[in-house]
Amino acid sequence: MKGRETGTETAGKYILEIKNLEKSFGSHQVLKNISFTVEKGDVISVIGASGSGKSTMLRCINLLETATAGQILYHGSDIMDKKVDVPAYRKKVGMVFQSFNLFENMDVLQNCMVGQRKVAGKSKEEAEEKAVYYLKKVEMEAYIHAKPRQLSGGQKQRVAIARALAMEPEVLLFDEPTSALDPQMVGEVLNVMEKLAEEGLTMIIVTHEMVFAKDVSKRVLFMADGVIEEEGTPQDVFDAPKSERTKEFLARFRKQ
Amino acid sequence: MISQMNFFERIVYILGKYGTSYLKGAGTTLVIAVVSTLIGCLIGFAAGIIQTIPIDKQRDSLIKRALLRGVWVILNVYVEVFRGTPMIVQAVFIYYGMSQLFNIQLGMWQSAFLVVSVNTGAYMAESVRGGIISVDPGQMEGAKAIGMNHVQAMTNVILPQAFRNILPQIGNNLIINIKDTSVLSVISIVDLFFVHKSVSGALYTYFESATIVMLIYLTMTVVTSRLLRLLENKLDGSENYEMVDLMDIGTQLGKKRA
Repeated sequence: MKGRETGTETAGKYILEIKNLEKSFGSHQVLKNISFTVEKGDVISVIGASGSGKSTMLRCINLLETATAGQILYHGSDIMDKKVDVPAYRKKVGMVFQSFNLFENMDVLQNCMVGQRKVAGKSKEEAEEKAVYYLKKVEMEAYIHAKPRQLSGGQKQRVAIARALAMEPEVLLFDEPTSALDPQMVGEVLNVMEKLAEEGLTMIIVTHEMVFAKDVSKRVLFMADGVIEEEGTPQDVFDAPKSERTKEFLARFRKQ
Repeated sequence: MISQMNFFERIVYILGKYGTSYLKGAGTTLVIAVVSTLIGCLIGFAAGIIQTIPIDKQRDSLIKRALLRGVWVILNVYVEVFRGTPMIVQAVFIYYGMSQLFNIQLGMWQSAFLVVSVNTGAYMAESVRGGIISVDPGQMEGAKAIGMNHVQAMTNVILPQAFRNILPQIGNNLIINIKDTSVLSVISIVDLFFVHKSVSGALYTYFESATIVMLIYLTMTVVTSRLLRLLENKLDGSENYEMVDLMDIGTQLGKKRA
């Protein structure tokens, strides 16, 4: 991974450092001055109202959106630099989408193998073994021959997680992974994610599942109007919020 | 003698006398239609794929961007010209024009394949572009998210789905080409329609010969559309899938591999 060295002494400590990230769509500014860091083993939940910029921030980190200003440092190198090998970076920073985005022209096993074969250049046997290993982890190994259209939403999302894991990323980004699911399917996906958190996978999760954010994450970011309004441990943010907006947001959730 | 026969007797008479000519004509029609549709598809895929290459203003060099935009303009002109003029005029233009303008004497066969291929390519370019654009953008994002570059995402994920989406259009083009090769008789290609003109001119049996030719065209197009439907169903695969027993995974995969 080539990129501009920035000479940060802390570079070794952090996988990702987001510095003063800004994003505008035309004259509409969606992200303002976003800064936070991600260490190995971090499980960070990003909460906030719809339209607060959570998903845009995540998409900027994976370069699916191009930030207007600021820096995203990956092990100290700015990945917004023009010369960075973007696909190689995305291999290390995986993403799970709200709409699953499983490849419709492949079955479950092929979905989990194609990246390993074409991007990582693994042998068929090795890719197959790894795909089955991660499909077992999400309890979808019985469905290896099924096509995505034959699966339920929760099953699709678990396969999507296995597909991302099969690339063995350093960080996995989750963009509202349960928002498109029926209530009874939310649990099966959250269980898988909780298991991954316990195993020490580094994750950033944009979510509306407050109980999950509180119980599973190590840190919580609350976003409002494109800024990080509050950041801290789940206890800090949920039990003793400092910002008025955080209190207001959480109060609305408790009433539901 | 033929004037004393009834309609059906005349048809039998014509078939007896010129049956092989009709079949040869039909064969010519089919060969030109099938080969030109295939070449046209290749042209269309190339054009559609080039037209959907994304430009990254920040990462792509100025040269790459300028080059790409130049090629896009050329492709647009190509599509507009060949979609916007009748094939019969194109055939005459290329057959007679190439020798006068560029001193290239194309044979009538070369002209025939060239005209129909290039014409099909112009229509297919738009179909392929549409087919690529209509694949859910999430598919491209899913491919990017596991580290695929544009070429890998296109070949593994987008194009197989786009191909399935435009297969009915390819079939449409093939059927149109089977019928429209009839205009090639203008450059003396002895296709099915040319045979009809010769036979009816010799015997003054326009209606009878037209009936025969209609039936042959219809047979070719109906069989073609049935075959294409079979291909579509095959590509869609089974609606069922087998559940795999945990203990069987090794053997299941082994079987698939072998």
